[in-house]
Amino acid sequence: MTIPAGAPLDPPPALPSSGSVERRWGRRRRRAAAPPAWRRPLALIGVAVIAAWAVIAIFAPLIAPYNPLAQQFTILAPPSAAHWFGTDELGRDVFSRVLYGARITLPLGVILVISAMIIGSLLGGVAGYFGGWTDNALMRLADLVFAFPGIILALAIAAALGPQLRNAVIAVIVVSWPSYSRLVRSLVLSARSAQYVVASRLLGASGPRILFTDIRPNAAGPVLVLAALDIGNAVLLLSGLSFLGLGAQPPTAEWGAMVAEGTLNFNDWWVGLFPGLAILTVVLAFNFIGDALRDLLDPRTARAMRL
Amino acid sequence: MTPDTATSDTVTGALLRVDRLSVALPTRSGYHKAVDDVSFAVDAGEVLGIAGESGSGKTITALSLFGLLPHGARVTGSIRLDGTELTELTTKQLRAIRGRQIAMVSQDPATALHPIVPIGTQLTEHMRHHLGVSKAEARSRAADLLQTVRIPDPERALRSYAGQFSGGMRQRIAIAVALAAEPRVLVADEPTTALDVTVQAGILRLLDRLCRDRGLAVIVITHDLGVMSATARRLCVMYAGRLAEAGPTSELLARPRHPYTRGLLDALPHPEATGAPLVPIGGSPPSLGRVPDGCPFHPRCRYAQPSCATNRPEPEPIAPGHLLACPPDPLRAAVSEREAP
Repeated sequence: MTIPAGAPLDPPPALPSSGSVERRWGRRRRRAAAPPAWRRPLALIGVAVIAAWAVIAIFAPLIAPYNPLAQQFTILAPPSAAHWFGTDELGRDVFSRVLYGARITLPLGVILVISAMIIGSLLGGVAGYFGGWTDNALMRLADLVFAFPGIILALAIAAALGPQLRNAVIAVIVVSWPSYSRLVRSLVLSARSAQYVVASRLLGASGPRILFTDIRPNAAGPVLVLAALDIGNAVLLLSGLSFLGLGAQPPTAEWGAMVAEGTLNFNDWWVGLFPGLAILTVVLAFNFIGDALRDLLDPRTARAMRL
Repeated sequence: MTPDTATSDTVTGALLRVDRLSVALPTRSGYHKAVDDVSFAVDAGEVLGIAGESGSGKTITALSLFGLLPHGARVTGSIRLDGTELTELTTKQLRAIRGRQIAMVSQDPATALHPIVPIGTQLTEHMRHHLGVSKAEARSRAADLLQTVRIPDPERALRSYAGQFSGGMRQRIAIAVALAAEPRVLVADEPTTALDVTVQAGILRLLDRLCRDRGLAVIVITHDLGVMSATARRLCVMYAGRLAEAGPTSELLARPRHPYTRGLLDALPHPEATGAPLVPIGGSPPSLGRVPDGCPFHPRCRYAQPSCATNRPEPEPIAPGHLLACPPDPLRAAVSEREAP
């Protein structure tokens, strides 16, 4: 390399050795070639586990070896070839009961989150778009819910309505809608003053139409991510209520209630362990999926969190 | 200038006629007039220019046509669109008019389009809402519309997003969106401010063509008189919410009679006049609520006389179709020194 005449007299900047250049390029290429979010191992595990549980929930009557409610076996028998997860204090097959438990937890977890998402988003959207009095009323209501630890408020509501699975579901929805409202409200506030929203109004769009056509696409991604991350919480909360006796009532095969039963028979570890593991795998798998969805739909936070 | 173009704003059949419009906006110190006694008219197939500095009330005038003024604004005067009095309509009736009868293209094409909704949806949405056409019909109309505004490969553009287009293309698309429900009046608020000069010319030609081909009444709002000379047949110059001068563009640009019009022209660079210094207008326009008594322009006026500080000038016809709000008329004799060699 020659220095042309008239070039500054400073020594030319030291070139990085070819090795470091290559390494830098190599790293960049590796990052670019990182598998897309939905193909990362944890996401795959999550999807596989949930898929497996979904199959179990759908085909439980075909897969389960025994009737989950039949009290026909030796009481508190340890795991064996005949009863893989042992039997409980009433002589029911724990394995069958765990399989049947999926039929309650999985659909309810999803329904819960979808309801909370719809209710919370609608209220948040209305609060953010119309502002003023509506906004104040709705957001103070949300603050009221936020002021309690979720499980405590859910307990109080479930207890007030009466110990029943339906009431536990209502309680969980009541404690989980405010986070959606907060999120949607903030997204609406930032989108409301955007030029394209003003343009829409100038072209004759009404308030509700602007909310649905101009602002909804902006909110959809973050809300979905929150929902995916929230399913795990909802499942835990619901199982927790059942564990405390405020959800599913005996003899229903529900994981939280089964764990509670396990605590009464502490020496017979299999009664509580297996339903507990079931809860663990489902919650973990939903969280893996939620993480992957966040990486996929919300690149900004994903990048920030990886740094 | 032919007599009939000059008198067109005295013809009562104008498509859009704004008469003695005043808009008072609430501020901390009470109500102040952002638009004060402004009248103009625009007919189908005609481009009207509204010029003035920032804060002269151009945009508020435009927004009042849509009934979308800031909360608490008080409007007096009349805005008639094809015989319908817009100031008396309910919100719901106004919504039916917005987009369908009168549409607006806003200043910044970078933000006027939704970033994450495909162009096609943005185009068909207002079409379907206002015209009630089927999805397929709206789709084909949208493609035609993109063709009209000269977007290459309209089918593909319908599936694309705003971010995939350049500034000029976005402004063309924004114009297409505004035209989706086939309005009769198009208001373009500073349509070229955010664009390159070469792209500006294209947008102005497009507006001109739309105006002629579709019989659209176009109102172009700008601070750039150069933009006006190419497109607008008639021009209103506003200052501090009031009409300073209005008349045929060629007349106003060649022989400005109001010192403010003259000032705007002197501040404009001219390719022929190389080396000639640009003459700025001293000072800045008054803010809302601090408009001086008398002629609002007199503190900055080179030709101001003592009477200007007390007598508020009204726009008076000085020629057919030419209004002037400057009683001393200091420029009557000095008919454009600019034109002199």
